[in-house]
Amino acid sequence: MTPVGLTHFLVLSAILFALGLLAVITKRNAVTVLMGVELIINAANINFIAFARYLDKDLDGQMFGVFVIVAAAASAAVALAIVLNIYQRMRSVNLDEADSLAG
Amino acid sequence: MENLIVTQAIVIFLLPLAAFVIQIFLGRRLPRQGDWLPTSVMFVGLILAVLILGRVLANYDPAFKITRTFEWMKIGPLVIRFGILIDNLTAAMLFVVTLISALVHLYSIGYMHGDVRYSRYFAYLALFSFSMLGLVLVDNFFAIYIFWELVGVCSYLLIGHWFEKKSASDAAVKAFITTRIGDLGMFAGILIIFATLGTFGFEEVFSSVAAGKLSGGLLTLTGILVFFGAIGKSAQFPLHVWLPDAMEGPTPVSALIHAATMVAAGVYLVGRTYLLYSADALLFIAMIGTITAFIAATIAIAQVDIKKVLAYSTVSQLGYMIAALGVGGYTAGLFHLMTHAYFKALLFLGSGSVIHAMHHAYHQLNDHHSDPQDMRNMGGLRSKLPVTFVTMLAATCAISGVPLFSGFFTKDAILGAALEKAATSHDLAHWLIAIVLFVSAGITAFYMFRLIYMTFFGQPARREILHHATESPSVMTVPLIVLGVFSVIGGYGSWFKDLVVKPELANYAAVALAPEALHETGHEAAHTAHTMAMWLSILIAGTGILLSTAFYYWKKFSADAVAQRYKPIYNFLWKKWYFDDLYAATVLAGTHLFSRISGWFDLKVIDGLVDGAARVTVFGSWLSGEHDNRIIDGLVNLTARIVGWFGGTLREVQTGRVQSYILMALGAVVLLYILQLAFA
Repeated sequence: MTPVGLTHFLVLSAILFALGLLAVITKRNAVTVLMGVELIINAANINFIAFARYLDKDLDGQMFGVFVIVAAAASAAVALAIVLNIYQRMRSVNLDEADSLAG
Repeated sequence: MENLIVTQAIVIFLLPLAAFVIQIFLGRRLPRQGDWLPTSVMFVGLILAVLILGRVLANYDPAFKITRTFEWMKIGPLVIRFGILIDNLTAAMLFVVTLISALVHLYSIGYMHGDVRYSRYFAYLALFSFSMLGLVLVDNFFAIYIFWELVGVCSYLLIGHWFEKKSASDAAVKAFITTRIGDLGMFAGILIIFATLGTFGFEEVFSSVAAGKLSGGLLTLTGILVFFGAIGKSAQFPLHVWLPDAMEGPTPVSALIHAATMVAAGVYLVGRTYLLYSADALLFIAMIGTITAFIAATIAIAQVDIKKVLAYSTVSQLGYMIAALGVGGYTAGLFHLMTHAYFKALLFLGSGSVIHAMHHAYHQLNDHHSDPQDMRNMGGLRSKLPVTFVTMLAATCAISGVPLFSGFFTKDAILGAALEKAATSHDLAHWLIAIVLFVSAGITAFYMFRLIYMTFFGQPARREILHHATESPSVMTVPLIVLGVFSVIGGYGSWFKDLVVKPELANYAAVALAPEALHETGHEAAHTAHTMAMWLSILIAGTGILLSTAFYYWKKFSADAVAQRYKPIYNFLWKKWYFDDLYAATVLAGTHLFSRISGWFDLKVIDGLVDGAARVTVFGSWLSGEHDNRIIDGLVNLTARIVGWFGGTLREVQTGRVQSYILMALGAVVLLYILQLAFA
């Protein structure tokens, strides 16, 4: 049984990123898409922590992780406000219908 | 004392100007239409002129001269001065001009009574007096040219006083244009003077001429050119044709402007600028004067209009004065100017009185067709117009050279000067001049007595005229009497000869040439010449008068029969030597032809060029428009179309769907990754 190493974390992070991306691209509901975005952000966070633990051995990466959580919370708040506005305008949160910026 | 004279002269000069300004603007509102204003102003001027003349006579000094000049304008290096010059000649001229002008003003009150433009007439008379006085007062060529043109303008305005009449307005234009031809020469002469000597002032010019700065052919040319002004203004051959036509003006105007003063301005000009004339120029002047005297005298024989006779007589007498100056009779010529002013003004005013009476008589008879100026209609008026008759007879004696009348002395002096010049110079031209002048003197006596006999003796064409013709009012006869007195006594005494002496270049040269010696030579010959001239002129004048009496009083010969017998000669004289026809055929026709050619040139060549230029411009504009529309706009449109195509194509990418953008970003990342793997 091999001990848990950096590679495991990176694989986990990649799977998580792929799942998030899949959710962002395929889901019609804006809220579900936002959930996918959270998965992508957290995949990045896992990378920060893993690299901090295995390569630098200091707290810089963890600091970034904390900042990213805060920034993600803020962006989620803004994004939810936008989704609310879209809903008010279109009575729907279906992203396929929100194409008024089409050229 | 000098300052007093200058002040008086300036007052004389400016008063008529003030009268003109008031008269032209307010004349019609003044009582009696303001006729008293210019008249009284001229009498004030006359009194002042008499004072000046008296002072000049009291302080006898042939070299008397006052000048006052100031800088008038300065344009870079060009300085034009303006000033007055008063010498003995000026004093005499001031007297003559103010005297005649004042009397003519007075006479006009009667003659012009009831005229439609009564007040304007007096305004123009005042303006003329101002201009004429300025002309005799100024001290340089530039200023004299100004006043020279001003008197010309006044002459034009007054000849055309009755401009409703076509002949009057035509005569005014003719006078103006004809004199302008002479003025052009004068202007050129003045320009030569200024170009070579750099000054306009008489004194400076004479000094420069004396110093030899202007000499030889150029001096002769300058003199002749300046003399051209006199040819025009003094109606000398070949520009004399305007003066007889100028008789269309009111008769007092003829007396003042076209007999006594303005036409004498040419003589005055030659006298004033006498030192400018070289011997050749003087010979030219003498010849012009002589030709004029002879031609005009012969024409006067055949004329029947009383004013035309007097007009040709004036031309002839002016020719005498000019000829006198030309042969060196400086004093004689200017003295004749003075006495001629008296008796010729008198003759015109007298003829005005006659015309006035005839006009009145015809009016009473309801005859509006007969010409009141035609001498053939007159006759026997001596008992009806006694004052006019006596005064005109005195003037006629004076102009004919009857001894003891004023004209005798002055004409005698002219003939003497001509004879003296001929005797001392021994050349053919001067002998011819003297002979022609003598002959003309005889003709003068003939036609003047013809006028007297036809007007005052015999019977009128319609006898009833005598019942209605009456003597003119005293406002018209008083000037006649005054002038009559001057016509008789004007030539006595030696005061004029003493005062107005011929200027000598030597007086202006730095080194005097001992003038005494110059005077001595030929003194004996001169004396003989003058004595001979006196007897000859009496003889010739007597012959003329006798012939005239035989023809028109005793009727020994019939003038009509003689005219019939020598019809070609008579027609030649009657048609005034065909000068008018000659000018109509040459100058007028030439001008018309030239106008037509110019018109054709304008229409065809100039307009063609302009039209051609326009067409070329239109074509250029079209070309430029095509270039703009097709090439410039094409490039711009092409750019726009390319950009539009790209825009249309690329807008398909902008779906507006967030997820498709993310997909594209993913695709791009994957693509970059593949590229990185392939090339690294």
